[in-house]
Amino acid sequence: MSATAVHNLWTMAAADPIDKIDAPNIEYGQLAPTLIVIGAAVIGVLVEAFVPRKSRYYAQLFVSVVALTAAFAAVVALASSGYGTTKARIAAMGAIAVDGPALFLQGTILLAGLVAIFTFAERRLDPVAHGNRIDSFVAQAGAVPGSEGEQAATKAGFTTTEVFPLALFAIGGMLVFPSANDLLTLFIALEVFSLPLYLLCALARRKRLMSQEAAVKYFLLGAFASAFTLFGIALIYGYAGSVTYGTVAKVVDGTLTTVDPALAGTMGNDALLLIGSAMIVMGLLFKVGAVPFHMWTPDVYQGAPTPVTGFMAAATKVAAFGALLRLLYVVLPGLRWDWRPVMFGVAVITMLGGAIVAITQTDIKRLLAYSSIAHAGFILAGVIATTEDGVSSVLFYLGAYSFVTIGAFAVVTLVRDAGGEATHLSKWAGLGRRSPLVAAVFAVFLLAFAGIPLTSGFSGKFAVFKAAAEGGAGSLVVVGVISSAIAAFFYIRVIVLMFFSEPKADGPTVAVPSPLTMTAIGVGVAVTLVLGVAPQYFLDLAGQAGVFVR
Amino acid sequence: MSFPLLTATAALPAVGAIATAAVPAARRTAAKWLALLFSLATLALAITVLIRFDPDGDRYQLTESHAWIADFGVRYELGVDGIAVSLIALTALLLPFIILAGWHDADPLETKSSRWRPTQGFFALILAVEAMVIISFQATDVFLFYIFFEAMLIPMYFLIGGFGDRAHAGSDEKASAQRSYAAVKFLLYNLVGGLIMLAAVIGLYVVAGNFSIQEIAEARANGSLDMATNTERLLFLGFFFAFAVKAPLWPLHTWLPNAMGESTAPVAVLITAVVDKVGTFAMLRFCLQLFPEASKWATPVILVLALISIIYGALLAVGQRDIKRLVAYASISHFGFIVLGIFAMTSQGQSGATLYMVNHGLSTAALMLVAGFLISRRGSRLIADYGGVQKVAPVLAGTFLIGGLATLSLPGLAPFVSEFLVLVGAFARYPVVGIIATLGIVLAALYTLVLYQRTMTGPVKPEVSTMPDLRVRELVVVAPLIALLISLGVYPKPLTDLVNPAVEHTMSDVQKKDPKPEVEAAK
Repeated sequence: MSATAVHNLWTMAAADPIDKIDAPNIEYGQLAPTLIVIGAAVIGVLVEAFVPRKSRYYAQLFVSVVALTAAFAAVVALASSGYGTTKARIAAMGAIAVDGPALFLQGTILLAGLVAIFTFAERRLDPVAHGNRIDSFVAQAGAVPGSEGEQAATKAGFTTTEVFPLALFAIGGMLVFPSANDLLTLFIALEVFSLPLYLLCALARRKRLMSQEAAVKYFLLGAFASAFTLFGIALIYGYAGSVTYGTVAKVVDGTLTTVDPALAGTMGNDALLLIGSAMIVMGLLFKVGAVPFHMWTPDVYQGAPTPVTGFMAAATKVAAFGALLRLLYVVLPGLRWDWRPVMFGVAVITMLGGAIVAITQTDIKRLLAYSSIAHAGFILAGVIATTEDGVSSVLFYLGAYSFVTIGAFAVVTLVRDAGGEATHLSKWAGLGRRSPLVAAVFAVFLLAFAGIPLTSGFSGKFAVFKAAAEGGAGSLVVVGVISSAIAAFFYIRVIVLMFFSEPKADGPTVAVPSPLTMTAIGVGVAVTLVLGVAPQYFLDLAGQAGVFVR
Repeated sequence: MSFPLLTATAALPAVGAIATAAVPAARRTAAKWLALLFSLATLALAITVLIRFDPDGDRYQLTESHAWIADFGVRYELGVDGIAVSLIALTALLLPFIILAGWHDADPLETKSSRWRPTQGFFALILAVEAMVIISFQATDVFLFYIFFEAMLIPMYFLIGGFGDRAHAGSDEKASAQRSYAAVKFLLYNLVGGLIMLAAVIGLYVVAGNFSIQEIAEARANGSLDMATNTERLLFLGFFFAFAVKAPLWPLHTWLPNAMGESTAPVAVLITAVVDKVGTFAMLRFCLQLFPEASKWATPVILVLALISIIYGALLAVGQRDIKRLVAYASISHFGFIVLGIFAMTSQGQSGATLYMVNHGLSTAALMLVAGFLISRRGSRLIADYGGVQKVAPVLAGTFLIGGLATLSLPGLAPFVSEFLVLVGAFARYPVVGIIATLGIVLAALYTLVLYQRTMTGPVKPEVSTMPDLRVRELVVVAPLIALLISLGVYPKPLTDLVNPAVEHTMSDVQKKDPKPEVEAAK
């Protein structure tokens, strides 16, 4: 045995010094919107830790508003320097796409988030208690509902200002979700925006048990959906040997034939592809609230604090549809003959299911929840068009829809009685006689939901139906039109209740909000009317943003 | 660029609606005068349109065209032909009378809080409807038309549901429930019609790529736009369904008696004399122009539906115990005549149908408004509650009679001309249809005269004995309408001259020639 060989028994040669690893190349400028929001969320956590309780509310509000505004400015700057069109690229080592749809959706999410933050910060709806102004959120989340601890916390004037960093984290995740360019980033973004939402749902000041129940339901079902997604991602990795969108797409198309030796047994196995993509899509449809994955929607929408509901209904939908579009259009276009019929079916049952079940609802928040399901169906009609028009119509619809939704939920927070918000429909009787302005604004939102011409709802609906018809799904348009008619029935019922019923003696009062909520509602009305009467500019914007980067 | 006369005609009442709505709560009377002023100014503009329009000139005149939503292929395109001009004139003419007749209909009850401003709302909504109706008559872009065709449902809905008769002061709860039922029924029927039309509108875009009726009709005529037979038929049905709900045609008519019965008389006139005309007008302008082949294909069925409407509406009118519902069923019968005239595909028929739209507007307005005055005096809509009114209020009874005689198309009054033309037009091509339709006239005589006999003649009922005669305001409303009914009955030529060239165009769209007279053909 040579000396070397003996030596080798207990020693080994040191590896080459690790000096050649490529440092990841991060395009900070192109990722600025997300980074600003996440950074602000971290600052928000620090604010919670170090700023005295009295000034936290103002500090948090300031940080959130500045961050969202700055992030929106960054999106506009990126878009105007061409990243939405000619300079579209994939940043962060292939993890994040910076392209038209991503920027459009990020802009929408940021604006919707900003408006939603205003409703979060509203502190004038409830009368001042113990010398403190109170918002929609619980005094101390850890206090057991109805306990002495809770009373003490309320008396001490605690407020849960954590909602601001939580919302910022959620928005940060939502910004990544539609721009994620590999499946792992997609999953991480999903978790980053879901977890804060689960928490936010549990933080209602009134009806805390219902709020906590909603949060648990949302969390459990959401965890299921996430697990499905993750499982699907694993299967897709087994099929394609990669989690990057572009690579998976190539393998699906059959243009990439190099086989990873470690995965030789599974690569190219269509069963993996079909089951895996079905599972990922399932997770996304859950977030979107499409039938049959919609069961959580009414309970969660009803239980969550109303500002959170508005935020979820608007921003989550935007983010999730963005991710769905990118997945279907970038990763799985080669599979469209398989997913189109499925999505067609999902769209049909979502439109009809949402509209039909909504008729029987007696709670305004549940009604709006089912209405959001029906709207998810309308948007899916645009998704399956598989044309550039389809993408831009979905983008436009999402933009139009989110502001109406936030505005509508903001109005819901105004109508109150002794027990907080009066969400039961019977309490809304005669509201139009008592507060004509609030009722008129809500009627405008309802008409927009119903898709009456001259509101944004009509422009959006026309855009997606037109795209669907051009994409060869004419029968889907007919179903959509029928469910619009069904849906119109319950929107109109609320209007009848507000304007044509006599007010009840013990009816709710309408709180006079601060400029914050007024801004949220005002933006909602303005967007509804502008997109209804002169949508061309925004259609152009969505039209330019209709191409994904691969 | 010339002055956008058509836009101004439609925009003026819209501005008036906003202005009226903005009048402070306490200044109710100011709001009324403002609304009246705007409706009169709109009438002045409509008359200018009438004067500037040259019946023998281009098919569409005073055209305006601007880019609007390029992504949807939509342009803001306006233009009027003789049919549209006469209907715009009718709308603008009736509006001041509707406003005057409804002068006190929306005065708030004392119990309501001061923030509730029904008066301003009532007149603002009426003007909003006027604006949307006028622009629907002007639109030569299908999408533009569709938007206002649908949007006008909303103010109309609030008018029906929000402002009922004072007749039911005793049973307020029940009346309010019936009223919101009528409003919802109105809205749902029309919304479903409109949404089905929306599917067809989208389908039309997919097939044609734009919405301009002139371009589409031209492309169809020169063969550059080819529609498969089935596509054309489906699109036609989508459009026709919406218009048949609006018109309304049997069996889609059931919302009309509710809506007219529960709303105040001026609003009922607004529905039947103004808004519903958009439906029959659109059949002429859109169905026949865009889908000529399908129109011919559907003619037999539509004629049968029209006949059923004529007879069924008249029969039900005979059986009514409620004055307003009686007028509503009579209107259904009359809309049957209009549709019959349109789809008889003869120039007499279509001229007659257009004249019918105008004359029916005038005669129904006269009858219904006087009926409204009568109802407001007694506080009841039931025929049985009246009797002998002509002894107490002779002027009211006299105007009611003239309105009624106009409804039954007495020769010498305007509706006679149009009904005669429709029947002649129908008879020329489909003799059997003409004969059956004539039955409608007999029934019309029955329900009108029985109505008059039961309410106006006979012994004076005690509740009626103190009934005041028409007031000045009411006379101002009724007298011009009656004057018009008589003058157009004696001398209809200005109207026929206006309408005939437009009808010729429509006839050439569907490539139909009038059948030769029998005698000539036999030679």
